[in-house]
Amino acid sequence: MSLSTPHVAVNAPDNLRFYETEEHHPENGTLLGFWLYLMSDCLIFACLFAVYAVLGRSYAAGPSGADLFDLPLVAINTSMLLLSSITYGFAMLAMQKKRVPQVLIWLGITGLFGLAFIGLELYEFHHLIHQGAGPQRSAFLSAFFALVGTHGLHVTFGIIWLVVLMFQVARGGLIAANRRRLMCLSMFWHFLDVVWIGVFTFVYLMGSL
Amino acid sequence: MSALHTPSAHDAHDAHGHDHDDHDDGASHSTFKGYAIGFVLSVILTAIPFWLVMAKVFDKPAVTSMVVLAFAAVQIVVHMIYFLHMNTKSEGGWNMLALIFTIMVVVITLSGSLWVMYHLNHNMMPMSPHEMKNMP
Amino acid sequence: MFEHLDLTKLIFGRLTWEAIPLHDPILLVTFAMVVIGGVGIVGALTYFKLWGYLWREWFTSIDHKKIGIMYVILGLVMLLRGFADALMMRAQQAIAFGDNAGFLPPHHYDQIFTAHGVIMIFFVAMPLVTGLMNFVVPLQIGARDVAFPFLNNFSFWMTASGAVLVMMSLFVGEFARTGWLAYPPLSGILYSPDVGVDYYIWSLQIAGVGTLLSGVNLIATIVKMRAPGMGLMKMPIFTWTALCTNVLIVAAFPVLTAVLGLLSLDRYVGTNFFTNDFGGNAMMYVNLIWIWGHPEVYILVLPVFGVFSEIVSTFSRKRLFGYASMVYATVVITILSYLVWLHHFFTMGSGASVNSFFGITTMIISIPTGAKIFNWLFTMYRGRIKFEVPMLWTIGFMVTFVIGGMTGVLLAVPPADFVLHNSLFLIAHFHNVIIGGVLFGLMAGITYWFPKAFGYKLDPFWGKCSFWFWLVGFYLAFMPLYVLGMMGVTRRMSHFTDPSLQIWFQIAAFGAVLIALGIGSFIIQLVVSFMRRESLRDHTGDPWDGRTLEWSTSSPPPAYNFAFTPRVHDNDAWSDMKKRGYARPLEGFMPIHMPKNTWAGIVLAGLSTAIGFTLIWQMWALAAVSFVVLVVVTIVHTFNYKRDYHIGVEEVIRTESDRTRLLASHAL
Repeated sequence: MSLSTPHVAVNAPDNLRFYETEEHHPENGTLLGFWLYLMSDCLIFACLFAVYAVLGRSYAAGPSGADLFDLPLVAINTSMLLLSSITYGFAMLAMQKKRVPQVLIWLGITGLFGLAFIGLELYEFHHLIHQGAGPQRSAFLSAFFALVGTHGLHVTFGIIWLVVLMFQVARGGLIAANRRRLMCLSMFWHFLDVVWIGVFTFVYLMGSL
Repeated sequence: MSALHTPSAHDAHDAHGHDHDDHDDGASHSTFKGYAIGFVLSVILTAIPFWLVMAKVFDKPAVTSMVVLAFAAVQIVVHMIYFLHMNTKSEGGWNMLALIFTIMVVVITLSGSLWVMYHLNHNMMPMSPHEMKNMP
Repeated sequence: MFEHLDLTKLIFGRLTWEAIPLHDPILLVTFAMVVIGGVGIVGALTYFKLWGYLWREWFTSIDHKKIGIMYVILGLVMLLRGFADALMMRAQQAIAFGDNAGFLPPHHYDQIFTAHGVIMIFFVAMPLVTGLMNFVVPLQIGARDVAFPFLNNFSFWMTASGAVLVMMSLFVGEFARTGWLAYPPLSGILYSPDVGVDYYIWSLQIAGVGTLLSGVNLIATIVKMRAPGMGLMKMPIFTWTALCTNVLIVAAFPVLTAVLGLLSLDRYVGTNFFTNDFGGNAMMYVNLIWIWGHPEVYILVLPVFGVFSEIVSTFSRKRLFGYASMVYATVVITILSYLVWLHHFFTMGSGASVNSFFGITTMIISIPTGAKIFNWLFTMYRGRIKFEVPMLWTIGFMVTFVIGGMTGVLLAVPPADFVLHNSLFLIAHFHNVIIGGVLFGLMAGITYWFPKAFGYKLDPFWGKCSFWFWLVGFYLAFMPLYVLGMMGVTRRMSHFTDPSLQIWFQIAAFGAVLIALGIGSFIIQLVVSFMRRESLRDHTGDPWDGRTLEWSTSSPPPAYNFAFTPRVHDNDAWSDMKKRGYARPLEGFMPIHMPKNTWAGIVLAGLSTAIGFTLIWQMWALAAVSFVVLVVVTIVHTFNYKRDYHIGVEEVIRTESDRTRLLASHAL
């Protein structure tokens, strides 16, 4: 077992080679890493859903979902988010075709739909608080505001990220790093739409029954 | 044999920004068709539940709940496939494995919490569910 | 609105001079010592002009080896604080009988047992385990660093930030008095209106971000960056346990984040998740926090199972027995750890059907661990065992952990648990498995990998002293607690009336003193080893005749770890290479692509500390400003695309030639 004998021929057969002679680049882990982070985010939402499931009927003699929820408004909100998902998809298609101006336009529209969603949600929250149905009123309302509010916070951060990324794509073009970032934001954005499916079903629709 | 690697070839490599990502690791490409199908399905799968609840189509709320939850589950799958391009190949299957493990933990957390809390509330809380709704 | 604006209140919130505990002599003395020590260190660093070195080589480093070492240093420093808490508790409980109230009033005692638990779990065990995984895993898989080096640096500083907040609570304000899991309603705003629980919440939330990101990092590293030829079933067993541990981290810490977030909403906004009225349900907190809490203890113990596997096979000079079953056992434990959490609150009242289910699952989960013990024993059987210090810790672990595991299975029986829950029997059980398992494993791992990290072995004599003091000290400190628990003594008590109990507490206190000597021996070992480092020098990089790839590098390894990425053919890759006449390449070197250092990690963590502190003291304006600055700095950081560089080929040639010379001069 000598560690210092002269080197073995570099052209040794594969089953005797103990090292790579060419520069070895491991695969980029960003997309997997971001997906793993999204899985952890999924679990945060799962906890908030669990809390809503357990506490969601504890009205404390206060208003219930049926009393409070404005389903037409929620339907409009849902469509804002769904539309924003499809416009982000169009941004990704433009990215695949390497068309920077188109990417920026579709990102911008996505951001506007996102802002509409947040705007409507803030209006809804304001209205509820104004009616005395704020998060302090009952455990049900605490759970409602926590779950829907956390989702809204995520969308807000997504919009900030989207704006920053628009600047970065405008400046640097569709280089590999920016494409990775667009793909990460894509996963994030669609993931938030998936969570919203859970929210409008479990909270608003079932809460109105 | 020269111990020096020619620097220029390496810099050119850098200028591409390590464009290995152009060839996919199994992730499918987005297509317009894919997004369109996903979008239409999602609209349908959203409109029906809203209609079922707002028009009070079923008598029993329990039935409505079940149906609406089923629609949500289907729509989530639609989003996973058409928007998130979920498949068994991306990242060598690790994406799917991570998703399955997460779903398992989510199901355990939700059903476990509901089961445990139901029993705890039943045994330990001093009131009936009706009282719990109305206790100030 | 502006007539009511009180500028002092706006800036300082509820922080006033009264927050400094001038009335408490113990704290004043501690503060004095910290100030003297701190001035000494700062003075020395300034005198020897080491700030630049520290900043460049350590604080901004993205090198997984340096980050791993920093984690271990953090953990060891916090061990001293957490152990000081333990000594105070043992002392109090040994003397406070009848008329003697001891020297710690309940108000102070309660903070001590809370801080002891929080520090030992979150700021000793977690950093030590994370540090070990950080240092070893990339080397074991033949990689140059982790998947996300910047994130690694950031994760470390977030953990450090949490530790800083906990330490600040000693001198500014006070800590929580709720126990390490802070159950509501006691931890709610009504019953703990002071800053203690807020210190608890924010230090854990900030550290939790670091831990979660570290989990994502290591999974991506292990999945994506293994050397060519290293399939999953050819990975070193420590890497397998690291993978499963990090899966647990990613799948458990979000629950802690959510629950603490809800508790903070209750405290700050007045929501009703866990209150007694308005529909709240405190039992939901207990339920959720243990859904996190049980996987957490497996996060602590799985890596040390990996450590022991490596050590047993290396020091028995045999391939690990039953590698595949070890992997399956680890994966099974990972999955089952999500099905047992209720055993932490059998007595809360969920009834027989629920309790039976979880009692059975708890007993089932002991089986894969038992399988591991057998595999280690079978590895040792007919091996040529060398009883170096890591092996001593391993033997100590095998005996001690098995006892602790057995008491765990006893506690898994719900009727038994109804008698023993929250008694000293429980305390004895979990210290038995944490000290016998996690701590012994960390000491073994640190001793085992120390030469790789620093280039010289640890002094064996002081290592043996440390081991024997810890082993005997542990048994003396905790076996009496089993007895006391059986007799019905409850945990977290600072005063007793039954004099027949006192002898047991006195024995336990003596055990704690022996453990203190064990820790002291370890510190002496560090100093002595440093002073004797030339005689303890590891010249070959392979001081133990190791089996895995990290032993193929120099000690310490160069920044780039491997001049050429290894190609793996079999398990125990390094053993395989040695057996088949591997010869170290002496030419054909290339420039190596490496990530650059970063200032952003420590700055962002510092801002997080500020956010935590200002939220604790309700300094809303400053909290808002810190938060905005944090977001801005993050965005600014993302505009930096130039995060890597190349190590020139001349430097690689120089480094490798130095090593060739070193190996040649010691081959004779």
